[in-house]
Amino acid sequence: MRTPAVVLTLFVQSSRLAKKRATLTIAAIAWGTVAILLLLSFGEGLKRRMDLNRRSTGENLAVMWPNETSKPWKGMNPGRPIRLTTDDVAFVSERMPELPAVIGEVVSWRTALTYGRKTVNGRVLGTNVVYGEARKHYPMAGGRWLTEADESEKRRVIFLGDEMAKDIFGIEDPVGKALLVNNSPFTVIGVMRHKTQMGVYGGPDQNHAVIPWTTFKALFGRDRLNVLVIQSRKPEEMAPALRRLNEILGAKYGYDPTDERALSTWNIVKTSRQGQNMIVGIQMFLGLIGALTLLIGGVGVANIMYAVVKERTREIGVKMALGARARWITWPFVLEGLLYTLVGGVAGMTIATLIVTGLGLIPDDANRVLAFLGRPTLSPAIAAGTAGILGAIGLLAGYFPARRAAAIDPAATLRYE
Amino acid sequence: MADDIISMDGIRKVYDTGKVKVEALKGVSFTVRKGEFVAIVGPSGSGKSTLMNLLGCLDTPTSGTYTLGGEAVAGLSRDALADVRNRRVGFVFQNFNLLPQISAQENVEMPMLFGGVPPKVRRTRAAELLSKVGLSDRLDHKPTELSGGQMQRVAVARALAMTPDMLLADEPTGNLDSTSGGDIMGLFTELWNAGGTVLVITHDAGLARRAGRVIEMHDGRILKDSASEAA
Repeated sequence: MRTPAVVLTLFVQSSRLAKKRATLTIAAIAWGTVAILLLLSFGEGLKRRMDLNRRSTGENLAVMWPNETSKPWKGMNPGRPIRLTTDDVAFVSERMPELPAVIGEVVSWRTALTYGRKTVNGRVLGTNVVYGEARKHYPMAGGRWLTEADESEKRRVIFLGDEMAKDIFGIEDPVGKALLVNNSPFTVIGVMRHKTQMGVYGGPDQNHAVIPWTTFKALFGRDRLNVLVIQSRKPEEMAPALRRLNEILGAKYGYDPTDERALSTWNIVKTSRQGQNMIVGIQMFLGLIGALTLLIGGVGVANIMYAVVKERTREIGVKMALGARARWITWPFVLEGLLYTLVGGVAGMTIATLIVTGLGLIPDDANRVLAFLGRPTLSPAIAAGTAGILGAIGLLAGYFPARRAAAIDPAATLRYE
Repeated sequence: MADDIISMDGIRKVYDTGKVKVEALKGVSFTVRKGEFVAIVGPSGSGKSTLMNLLGCLDTPTSGTYTLGGEAVAGLSRDALADVRNRRVGFVFQNFNLLPQISAQENVEMPMLFGGVPPKVRRTRAAELLSKVGLSDRLDHKPTELSGGQMQRVAVARALAMTPDMLLADEPTGNLDSTSGGDIMGLFTELWNAGGTVLVITHDAGLARRAGRVIEMHDGRILKDSASEAA
């Protein structure tokens, strides 16, 4: 086939033309590429950050508030309150050993916490040891979480949320210090490592204090659970686990296992899936904006190519008169459009990579916006998608003008000025 | 006849602009034998240009048959017509129609590029042709760096590149001063004397006089053909 050699020769000849406006075209494509890449990598960073924040409450959790029955059961009327106690935690974990964690929480709201002459009113939570791992209460260096011994010996030890620790102690290191809880002395054993938390019940973890539930019962004389929390091994195991839990507790307390009001349930697994879908929606929206910006760049290329075809009408007519086949006329234009897009795309990718890398160097714990929005991240999928869109735009931007070029009537162009 | 280069029979060409139909050629029949030097003359609007487009296979007739070098041209595809132009027709235009961005040599190479001639052969032959028209020292010059006469000589060299069946020239001296015009006419005569077939469409009485045969067009028809008068 003669075609490739002919096309290449003609393409090289035409590329010697002045490229001033080619620069503008390339800049438009580069700008579009930067826009789409930044928007997409912003979306990706947001997704990763939100995944992280969502997981910071804990993974594969469901939270239950004991409520009242809404269905009649074995001759009993609906509207009967259901009460759970700390004993039910052991009752459930014995019958459902496959659950990594069964957590009971008892809460004292607006409790006075006093250090020296400073008093702060805050939420004090009594819970069992597994809470720490499941709810991601990791201690900062120098501190620790509750132990089995703390629980069995009803020790007066307290673990503080980082915000609360700051409120009470300011810049002092709280660990080892004595703190009064309702005028009873407690020793601070640890402060929670900071986390940006998305899923909240009761209040943000950073603003509460945690003590062993045995100590809580001794201090406040209460062991009725405010919430029961269970953790499953995998997200898909949560729904069957909740059914089984209602069978066990329904048998114990006498309510219909299908009664959804007996225990008001927040299945975090389910809401986090909705959250993920929302993120995908945001990503698609950002991608669409980026693609449209790039498309405008592509229209620019097509526009330039149309102008070039118009300007070279006579030359095209001459080439046709000399025996050029239609393909030999069209392909150099398609190549030219592709070349503009390629050069612009590579330039845009380079710029976007530099920007994203630059943003990556800003420390994010110093910046609350970054902590919430995450930092833009370029992924291979983003790069591949952008390259695909660029290629398609380049091809189309060259193809349509080229088709017009091939439709030129040589007889009409040659004779007259 | 076997040595007929051109054979046109009952050629009609109607331009349909939508509102009006213009019949530019109203039945033209003639033959040109190999080695003839034919001048086609006539006032503007007589159908000369249309005839030139048809002869050069740049356009197809509405009706009638046209055989070029023994090959029936009617009904060929666009690409097939391009190949016919490439092999059989050497064009010389009034406004030269050289490609402005490339050198004289590359301009002459262009038809050979389309004709599939290998690059080395292309270059050598282009250089030979340019020296034959007296431009051996202008190979690398762009058309803008050449005078009108020089440009037209490049165009003649280009027209001869594929050794076509005929040279088809449209007012070749129209944009030239008399000296350069004379040079071009000299090249045509030389070519004719070497056995080539030349068709010139012209207003130039001097050029027409040099031709062996003059066809006079009027209102889409052949008014006078010196060949049939002589016969």
